[in-house]
Order: sequence, then C-alpha cells, then structure tokens
Amino acid sequence: MSEVRELSFSAAIQEALAQAMEADERVFLMGEDIGVYGGAFQVTGDLVHRFGEDRVRDTPIAELGGAGIAVGAAVAGARPVYEFQFSDFALLASEQIINQAAKMRFMLGGKVSVPVVFRMPCGSGTGAAAQHSQSLEAMFGHVPGLKVVEASTPEDAKGLLLAAIEDPDPVLVFEHKLLYKVKGHVPAEMYRTPIGKAVVRRPGKDATVVALGIMVSKSLEAAEILAGEGIDIEVIDLRSIRPIDTATIFESVKKTTRLACVYEGVKTLGIGAEISALVAESEAFDYLDAPILRLGGAESPIPYSPILEKAAVPQTDGIVAALRDLVKGRT
Amino acid sequence: MAVEVILPKVDMDMSTGTISVWHVKDGDTVKKGQALFDIETDKAAMEIESPGEGIIRIGNAPVKAIIPIGTVVAMIYAAGEEAKAFSGAAAPAAPVSAPVAAPVPANAEVAPSSSSGGVRATPLARRLARQQGISLAAVAGSGPRGRIVSADLANAKAAKSATAPTPLAIGMDGDAVRALYTPGSYSITPLDGMRRTIAQRLVQSKQTVPHFYLTATCVIDQLLAVRERLNGHAPKLADKTPAWKLSVNDFVIKALALALQRVSAANVTFTDEGILQHTVSDVGVAVSVDGGLFTPVIRAAETKSLSQISMEMKALAAKARARKLQPADYQGGTTAVSNLGMFGVEQFNAIINPPHATILAVGAGIEGFVPVNKLPVLKTQMKVTLSCDHRAVDGAVGAELLAAFKTLIEDPALMLV
Repeated sequence: MSEVRELSFSAAIQEALAQAMEADERVFLMGEDIGVYGGAFQVTGDLVHRFGEDRVRDTPIAELGGAGIAVGAAVAGARPVYEFQFSDFALLASEQIINQAAKMRFMLGGKVSVPVVFRMPCGSGTGAAAQHSQSLEAMFGHVPGLKVVEASTPEDAKGLLLAAIEDPDPVLVFEHKLLYKVKGHVPAEMYRTPIGKAVVRRPGKDATVVALGIMVSKSLEAAEILAGEGIDIEVIDLRSIRPIDTATIFESVKKTTRLACVYEGVKTLGIGAEISALVAESEAFDYLDAPILRLGGAESPIPYSPILEKAAVPQTDGIVAALRDLVKGRT
Repeated sequence: MAVEVILPKVDMDMSTGTISVWHVKDGDTVKKGQALFDIETDKAAMEIESPGEGIIRIGNAPVKAIIPIGTVVAMIYAAGEEAKAFSGAAAPAAPVSAPVAAPVPANAEVAPSSSSGGVRATPLARRLARQQGISLAAVAGSGPRGRIVSADLANAKAAKSATAPTPLAIGMDGDAVRALYTPGSYSITPLDGMRRTIAQRLVQSKQTVPHFYLTATCVIDQLLAVRERLNGHAPKLADKTPAWKLSVNDFVIKALALALQRVSAANVTFTDEGILQHTVSDVGVAVSVDGGLFTPVIRAAETKSLSQISMEMKALAAKARARKLQPADYQGGTTAVSNLGMFGVEQFNAIINPPHATILAVGAGIEGFVPVNKLPVLKTQMKVTLSCDHRAVDGAVGAELLAAFKTLIEDPALMLV
C-alpha cells in the first residue's frame, strides 16, 4: 500500500526532483535563482540545502548558455534538469533545444542520446503580460526528437517529471503557473506517469473534450455544470503533446461522436488543429456527428489588462456554452 | 468568401420545398437581409433573406421544382471574387408551362438529389445511411444549414417504419392514367407543395382515422337576430367602416370552442402513447384559397369575444390568401370548422384534419316550416355534421359535444356566461 497525501503541484515537483536526485547521482538541477532563492516560483525551495550547490546550480541570466551546458552534460552522461523561469525564455535557448538536443540522436546515428529535461513554467493568469504568459507547447511539439508533456494534477506533475528524467530523450515539461498552488493526492513513493498516454478524467457519452494542463480542470468544471442539464461530457487529459495518444482520443470520439479541443495556446495552428486533423484522418472520422470544435487562445499576445487577459484564453463559461451548442447540434 | 444560399428548413416536418418566385436575377448585386426568393413549403409561402452580400449567381434557377432542403440553390460572391456561373442546384422536376410534363415523382423521397453533393451530412450520418441503405436525399437535416445528423436518420427510419405497413399511394400512376385519354386533350398541372400536402394528409386521415358522423339541425333565428343587432351597434372607425361585422361562422367558432370546454372528453388528440387531453379550445377554420385551402387556428377561442374572433379570422384569411401564414398560425388545433353554407350546400361530411379529433361541417341556413304546437312556423335551420375520430371520441361523447354546440348556437346568449 502506497501512502497517499495531499501535496501542492509545486511540492509534488520538488518531491520528484528530490527523489530523482536521491536515487540517481547523475541527476542535477540548473536554472536561474533555483538555489538559495528557491526558484522564481519556489519550486526548488530548499533543495540546495539538502543536495548542495553542485547539484542545485544557479546559472547566470543567459538561457542559451545554460541550456547548452545542460545539453552537453546530458550527452556526457549526466541527467540535468534545467528550469526556465518562464517558458517564454526557452525561445532564447531554442538553438540548443531544437537544433542540438532534438537532433543529435538522429545526426549521430543513434550513438548518442540527450536525456535532458527542461522545466517550462507557462500560461497566463498571473498578470505577467505578453512576454511571460505564453503557452508554447505546440511550437515545441512541432519538433521531431523532442518529447513534450504537461500535467494537470499534482500526481501527474510528479509522475511525468520522474518519467521525463528517466527518459533517454530531451523532454520539455510544461507547468502551468496557476496550478502550482493547486493541491491533490500524491503518492509518496517514486512512480512514473507514462509519457505518450492520455487519461480519461471523466467518462461521458455526449461529447469528448481533449484538454491540456489547466484547461482540464476548467473542462471538468464545465462538464459538471452541463451534467445538471443532462449533457454528459467525457474529458480527456492529454498529458502528452508529443507523442500524442491517438488511441484514447479515437476510442472516445467513436463513443461520443463529438469532439472539442480545449487548450490555452493560440488556437490557430495549435494543438486543436493537430488533434482535429488526426481524428479527421482516422477511422474515428466516420463516427463524427458534428463539426470538430476548437477552443484555444485568442489571436493576440496575452494582454496585461486583467479583464482582457482572462478573455484571451478559454474560461469555464465559454466552454460550457460552446459544448452545449456542440451537443445540441447548433454548430 | 463565397456564401452558399441553401433551401432552408422553415417548417418542422419539412423535407422538401419549392421556390415559387425569385426576387433577384442572376448576376444581381444583393445586400444581406434582402429578399432572395419565396419558398413554398408544404403549408405556406415564406420570404427567404440573403445570407450575404455581393453578386448572386443563380444559374438555372429551379422554380416550382421539389428540392430537398439543404440544397445549394445559389452562390453569393463578395467584391473582388470571381462570380462564377452557378450550376449546382437541382434541375426543375417538371416545367410548369409544358402541356405534357414529365411525370411528377409520386413522393418527395424520389426527388432527384443535387448532383453537386448538395446533401449535407455528418460523417456518422453518412456511414449509418450507407450501412442501412437509406438515401440521404430523402432525409430532412435538423442541423445548421440543413445538415443531416445521425438522429435525423433514426427519425427518418422511425417515420418510414411507421408508414411501412400501409404505404400511402396518393395517386394513380401518371403514365397509366394518361394512356386512357387522347393525347392533346388535356394539360397537366404539376402538384405544388400545397396540393401534395392536401392529398397526402387527407389520404392519411381517411385511411388511418376511423371516422363516424353525427348530424344535427340547428334553429338559428335567435342567432341571426343577435348578429343583426350586434352588427348594428358596431361603432364606426375613422374611415366610416364598422368596427366589426360578425359572420355566422364567427358564432359557430365560438360555440364549438365553448362546447369543447363543456365536453372536455372531446377536446383530445389520439396518439400511439396516449390521449392528449387539451385544456384550451384551439379551433381550426378551413379557408379556401386559389388552388387549395389552409386551416389557420383561432387559439383559445373560448376566451375570445365574437368581435375578436371575427377580426382575427379576417386577418388569418387574408394571410392565407397571400400565402403568408406562418407555422404558428396553423399548427396544432383540436378541432376545425368547415363551412360551405355560403355555396348553398345543405349538409356534408368533412374529413378530419389530424391531429384534430373532430371537425364540424356547417351547411347553409335554410328557411322552412317547423311544427310548433302542431302549427307550421317558419324558421331558419342550419344542418351541422360532426366528424369524429373514433379512436379518441366515442359516439356518446361526440353526441354530447354536438348537443352542447346546438344548445349554444340556438341560444347565443348562453355564450355570455
């Protein structure tokens, strides 16, 4: 019997980092202000005191250099976990992530693997404005050679991070900043949430929602409201953007005959476009009884105004209305 | 982006429609909301507005042809777009002017579907139709722009199986009938939506509703006197016309509505799952129009004054003649009045108009000698015949209803209480 306790999302991540470092001396952390300061969002906390400055390394404000060191260390046999203060800054390091880490295994004939993990605090809702609020999962998910995951619960935050650290390939772990304080059950032992496997959070029969990160809880809220109207929504937590678990999605769509994709990233050319196309190309197409619906971020940088910031990404009310129309055949 | 103009679904149980007239020409510039064409449904005509702005291409505009709803009948191209000629709509099933037309399909289900894939359906609906051998062209879509969804197939199937044991052939085979006559000795008028509906509904009614008939003779001298007095008291409007001119039929509507309240067992509709007991008396009134008839409904007629009923009837009749009745004007009803008295008809039996349970056929008021205390007295008598749906209304209930009606119509003062 494993012990089950309530932990916050950020405490679950910290526990995963600590357990990984205890279990495997190759694991070490890098990032700006992750040491004494405890991390921009206090995720690493006091790990520097437990594991020392060699394994919890503060880096200069130079993401390209930091990421390059992490990639190099991974190639050399270490298991680095590099934290970006904001995933927006990973764009500075995209040379290392996209051109180096993602490609080395392929360009060196499979003789090298790059077991690096990049932690990517993402998303809007904190009033941090356009350059600190993006959801770039689809942008990085576009790159073969990378794996991209995002948890919606503390349990998966720990399990996905442990799986990412043990994975032989570079993994980007997106963490929605508004989820850090959310609490949930987290088993105490080391466990892995498989990368590439979605999970049905709520079974339903009238429509399938494929959601990611914080949109999972908003979709679940919407589903509860609609349940009061006799509308039964199935909510799938995608968890893994690359690779995508098509089997779970197809199976659900074949059952419910309707599909909506809910994600915070910009709607256009986003995760919803990919899932829609995958379904349209698959055997599940013949089961669709309504057009596929995408609810994504607005065609805009995330605004600073709190009202506009809220309006720029899907919210529960909008999800409720859209799903109601979808199920009632008004789309 | 080019906007498709589709034949919309404007009535609940509509699967096909007919464009009676186009208000625009091929190549015209149209505004959003501008009237494009009149659609003639099974029951009424309705103006359809433009869904977009730009140059409209109609092509061989299908007029008077039966078209499945959802068919694209025109395209509207915005400024800067190439306004391509349009040829997608279904070809007319039968040209109206031709002296001998091609045989008109016996029912809407065999109407040709648009060759350009005019049927909109979800992938699921298409797959199910394929598996079950259902032609999508015969299915009315309930989704946006007439899109067929899986539920529509289930409904179509249910409708089909419900009618399957007794297929409704509403007419004889056109070829066989024409062979009986010398070519050139006749012309053919294709069935329009209204004629087709009248044929289908009345065949259905006569074949499935077990009718029985009850006739009574009503003495209407008091009614005529009251009517004269009330009309004499009608105040004059600004244009010097009287505010109301009550007809005998207005009294009949009111009396029937009140009789249904007294004999509520007759204010019903028969359905497979049970008898609908209605609380108000919605009385349909047959209105003759060019080429057919409509039955608009006076709602809750028992609550309305004679002048109200009279004015409402005039408005509905005018709308019916202009073919502008909306579904809300004619749907439902629990009984109907059909009056042929003005043609001098003494007595006739009417066919029930489902979902009604009864219909009252009203004859002319005719003077005749009636024995009163063994002496002949001249009275005006009006024969009325009540047709009843025996599934819902038994003989005794029908007789009670007719007796209540007779009491009220013979002594109109009773309608005041």
